[in-house]
Amino acid sequence: MIMAGFLAFFLAIGLGFDYFYLNFDPAGDLADTVVYEVSGAAPRQAGTNIPFGTILALLAGLGLTANGYFNGPRMVLRSTMARRADPENEKEKQFLNVVAEISTAAGLAKPPAGYIIPDADLNAFAAGNSPENAVIAVTEGLLATLNREELQGVVAHEMGHVRNYDIRLMTISAALMGAIALLSDFAGRSMRYGSRGRSYGGSSRGSGRKGGAPLLFLVWAVLVILAPLVSRILAMAISRQREFLADATGAELTRNPAALISALEKIRAAVMPTNAVNNGVAHMCIADPRGSLIEERMGFAADLLATHPPMEKRILALKVMAYQKANAGAARGM
Amino acid sequence: MIPLAIVLLVLAAWLVFVFNGLVRLRNQVANAFRQIDVQLKRRHDLIPNLVESVKGEMKFEKETLERVIQARTAAVSAGQSGNAHEMLAKEGMLTQALGRLFALSENYPNLKANESVKKLMEELAHTENQIGFARQFYNDVVTKFNTAQQVFPTNLFASMLGFTPSELWELPADSAERQTPKVNLAV
Repeated sequence: MIMAGFLAFFLAIGLGFDYFYLNFDPAGDLADTVVYEVSGAAPRQAGTNIPFGTILALLAGLGLTANGYFNGPRMVLRSTMARRADPENEKEKQFLNVVAEISTAAGLAKPPAGYIIPDADLNAFAAGNSPENAVIAVTEGLLATLNREELQGVVAHEMGHVRNYDIRLMTISAALMGAIALLSDFAGRSMRYGSRGRSYGGSSRGSGRKGGAPLLFLVWAVLVILAPLVSRILAMAISRQREFLADATGAELTRNPAALISALEKIRAAVMPTNAVNNGVAHMCIADPRGSLIEERMGFAADLLATHPPMEKRILALKVMAYQKANAGAARGM
Repeated sequence: MIPLAIVLLVLAAWLVFVFNGLVRLRNQVANAFRQIDVQLKRRHDLIPNLVESVKGEMKFEKETLERVIQARTAAVSAGQSGNAHEMLAKEGMLTQALGRLFALSENYPNLKANESVKKLMEELAHTENQIGFARQFYNDVVTKFNTAQQVFPTNLFASMLGFTPSELWELPADSAERQTPKVNLAV
């Protein structure tokens, strides 16, 4: 649903841009609609039915993220300096076995490849657009601290991301965010340089144009100014919802929410930030790699801009799944 | 006339989608059932061989260990008896690089049998987990298939199209496998 809102927001900005600046008019019955191009060239007469601006921006956004889409796993793994799990090492062999088990539980034909990140902090992430070319990576700290059951829980959470195509979803959200940023940037420039002969000036001449055009323009202008912030908030909201879903999928795959609860508590207790993971990959990890500062602060701004829900809320949701009562501390913290 | 034709067309298209979806689920059910056998066969093929190889390694190291213990105690007792000739002879059998330490865990070869046993235990746990998860997935897919057949508009047509609910995997009520296993570590 948030994705639908995101799309609607993008379309509002894009189509508004086309409506006000590029002569896109779905009504199409205006013979003398005038619009001023950004460069101040002579105004055109005919109306068009194709929202060029929207389409171009969307293509540009997709183009920017296409690299991430196709080379995503390799780029991410290289940026975190991950290495393939070594079957000779006891703990890494156990990790590979756990990945194979959880893929059986999820019904995937081919288990994702397992990688190890050389970092002492506890974290894990999944990458890859579809279950066929997915990878799951964990840090060395995670392997050293969690027991086999908890490792199953964490791997199941990541497998949930893979199975629910979350990585693909977040890539598309990034494309939309890029497109919105482009559009808002462009529209901002148009507003600054195309100030003469506004399009609403043409409404007095055009017979079919709505009288509410100035108001619509104002609303649209406000949207454009807020666009980068709003699109980020929407994208983060999607990311948080998918984290909850991945937690639930993990509990469903292992039928063992208690193990995931205990793993999340251990992860939360280790407050070191994961330096190996940069911000571009942050939303795919099981815990916010920038340190638990954002998670522990449960204020309004933190809630809006965080990639992950607060750990407390996640643990509470899992405890409900395990038919356990939340303890008094968590209840007060809500 | 035209609206009726459109309605019938839409209905037919919907039936086709429903049929295809149910066919996919039925095939997934069959696949999931056979995947359990895949894991069972893997256990059957792998575990006896692994156990044999670990036992072989343990036996070899047991004999080595026994010989080392004998040589050591012989060397120590020769040293205590003070017979220089005997002592030198026994010493030749075992290098006493670390002097008069009597701890028996010293100087023994680095035995890896316990690591092999650990690997064997991990492999046993992993195999049993695979079988358990395969059965869990089978039950999950059967549930999905049965639900897809029994929800409202589809249940009117499911049996007509030739689909029947599948059975979930379960242990018989009086099966011995429902008993709690007894763990007795006394050697």
